[in-house]
Amino acid sequence: MPMNKETGKKMSLIVRILDSDIWYSFTRSKVTMIAALITFLIFASALFAPIISPHNPFDLASLSLMDSLLPPAWSAEGDPNYLLGTDDQGRDVLSTILYGSRISLTVGLVSVAFAAVLGITLGLIAGYMGGRVDAIIMRIADVQLSFPAILIALLIAGTVNALAGGMDRERSAFTVLVISIGLSFWVQYARTVRSSTLVERNKEYVQAARLIGLHPFLIMLRHVLPNVMGPVLVIATINLALAVITEATLSFLGVGIPGTQPSLGTMIRTGNDFLFSGEWWITLFPGAMLAILVLAVNLLGDWLRDALNPKLR
Amino acid sequence: MSKFGRFLAASALMGAFATSAMAEKSFDYAFQGSLKSLDPYTLRETFTLGILTNVYEGLIKRGPNLEILPGLADSWEVIEPTRWRFHLRKGVKFHNGNDFTAEDVVFSAERLNSEGSDMKGRVPSDATFEIVDDYTVDFILASPNPILHYEWELWSIIDKDWAETNDSVRVTSASDTAETPISMMANGTGPFKITEHTAGVNTKFEANENWWNWENREFNIDKVNFTSISADATRVAALLSGEMDMVYPVPTQDIKRINSSSTLAALTGPELRTIFLGMDQRRDELLNSSVKGKNPFKDIRVRQAFFHAINAEAISSRIMRKQAAPSALMISPFLFDNADQFERLAYDPDKAKALLTEAGYPDGFEIRIDCPNDRYVNDESICQAVAAMMAKVGIKVNVNAQPKAQYFAKILASGGYETSFYLLGWTPGSLDSHNIFANLYGCRDDAGKGGMFNIGGYCNPEVDALAKEILVENDAAKRLDLVTQAYKIVTDEVGYLPLHQQGLAWGVSKDVSVAQRADNVLRFEHITKN
Repeated sequence: MPMNKETGKKMSLIVRILDSDIWYSFTRSKVTMIAALITFLIFASALFAPIISPHNPFDLASLSLMDSLLPPAWSAEGDPNYLLGTDDQGRDVLSTILYGSRISLTVGLVSVAFAAVLGITLGLIAGYMGGRVDAIIMRIADVQLSFPAILIALLIAGTVNALAGGMDRERSAFTVLVISIGLSFWVQYARTVRSSTLVERNKEYVQAARLIGLHPFLIMLRHVLPNVMGPVLVIATINLALAVITEATLSFLGVGIPGTQPSLGTMIRTGNDFLFSGEWWITLFPGAMLAILVLAVNLLGDWLRDALNPKLR
Repeated sequence: MSKFGRFLAASALMGAFATSAMAEKSFDYAFQGSLKSLDPYTLRETFTLGILTNVYEGLIKRGPNLEILPGLADSWEVIEPTRWRFHLRKGVKFHNGNDFTAEDVVFSAERLNSEGSDMKGRVPSDATFEIVDDYTVDFILASPNPILHYEWELWSIIDKDWAETNDSVRVTSASDTAETPISMMANGTGPFKITEHTAGVNTKFEANENWWNWENREFNIDKVNFTSISADATRVAALLSGEMDMVYPVPTQDIKRINSSSTLAALTGPELRTIFLGMDQRRDELLNSSVKGKNPFKDIRVRQAFFHAINAEAISSRIMRKQAAPSALMISPFLFDNADQFERLAYDPDKAKALLTEAGYPDGFEIRIDCPNDRYVNDESICQAVAAMMAKVGIKVNVNAQPKAQYFAKILASGGYETSFYLLGWTPGSLDSHNIFANLYGCRDDAGKGGMFNIGGYCNPEVDALAKEILVENDAAKRLDLVTQAYKIVTDEVGYLPLHQQGLAWGVSKDVSVAQRADNVLRFEHITKN
């Protein structure tokens, strides 16, 4: 935005937002407002997990095996110290959920950013260049689209883990997850951006830019990109939910985050072993957290899609 | 009667009809692992060898309490310390009708030590054989060995003629791609025959009416269906739903659930397998550690500190839910008479810290533990718990848990012993201490010559010398004394960190009765079903 140098103009930005159609449609939808509130709360609690959570489950020295498998505080054998009970290693389930959603969200955000950057770049190039470049990029995208995203992520994670057999899983897991989720999600961005670019590149402002001799790279970045960002924002929001779910699935299948620093998916996997034996809290609470998070983000994404769709106005 | 009611009645009738028509009794069971090759020399793994000895038999047999009984050999005698004579059972026939004779024993012994066999050494490779007559065979040894026959229950005798006509003289090794017929079909002398085998999935057995001991058989089942179910929850569900008569192992957390069912029971007992942690005492610098240029595990104070830091009681009561017995030794007390003379170093984090400070690591250090996640009961959880206990004394342990295929490929001799701190389990195949000293404590070189499974490379020539004496000592009291001396040295030097003997847990329908052996082997001949 060109107007960020003086405070007065910043104010006008807020005014502009409050005055916009999007804000109007936001305030009209109660569901969206609740979803936004929940998303905000989850993000905030994940961000401030070290401050608000009662224990630090990642600090191994603080764990005591003798406190393991305690039921939630309200049941007879529960310990008020552990509100939602403890898991098999004596981790406080509540704290682990807070810390775990932090990992889940980080993986989600970073991999969505990775997928978006990759997809937007390729989509812009394909749409602007056209011809052979376009054909090659979009065929690759088509081939990849014929596989389910989770399968591709599993394939990449499995291959990388096998290749890096001697590597430290605890350290490499995060990168591997981001890469595998990112690579399986870029196609949507590329397709959307390409089609918008195809429309934009024939418009007069682009032709004008070309006429004055601007480098194609600059045209793409400065002129085309800002005009195709709307749909990308929608995809990114919905993809965040998908990425969190994919991370959970991969961790559940054992190729994701290892057990010492559990994400939500890892917690569900660990807890799954205890379902028959009656220790339901280990898997139920992280599962509920995951469901709520994904639902809230999805609702936000849906609203954003409708709000940005000119046909629905 | 409603439509649904009529349907129910009809299916109940059909069910009744089906049961009465089926006079045969079939026993269905599932195990965590799978049966791949049927060649009994391909894989030295207790489950594979154990299931195959229902079909093949060894010269000796072990009963429900692991006592040694005559098998294909009626009796045996030690004529001279280095010459053993085995009198073979007469009238035994292989499943194809061939007679069992001394030739088959010699053929099997030679095949056992041939290229590709995983069972090498179960008959000493320098032994020679003499066929006295069709039913008498002598084993001539290079040195005395009072426990020669201890491991022979799981050494299956193969029919020589059949192997030769079926191109199965060569042993199919585990990494072989060209399979020989013997890896897909079986011809033994045992009480059961294999009728169908899908490698890695399921195997069907049928009782062998021509078995030599058929008249005195204890079992009353006609068919056995084995299925491999690797997922814990699925396996337990198969038992709960009644699909299986028995599943094992039962995850420790599900024992209560199974016992609370009116039709099921969990059979539990101590297993002979000892679970322990091993430390690299051979390399000059540890792998994946923050300490550079030296190896802290070479310092006995560090090893003692690690021992003091581990709360084995907590592991056995919480993670193993009391289905494990903490152990001071690398062998089960059932296999060593003086085990009560040994005690674990006490759980004492303060002492551990003091020892680490004394050794020059007041702030601890960082190290990675390699761990399987599908081999032993709760293996990954144990490693995580160890990491938490070590954190309390300042040692940062990074847990690297992997499936057993990758894990073993890396940490064993074939992978160049690629670990500096690891969790492993060991059952002495001979059920005797010598196996421990030879395999786990024997000095080795980088290629694994010597104590092949001594991954950490502990080495004390004194122990090696004692092991040699133990092997040839025929006097039981003297032998026990030597064994005790050797254990004294290795426990004083903290060569390993023993954790516990894990428990066995079989989930069994109340309709069947089985004999649970402490080596986790299921013999079909002890199964009866109502």
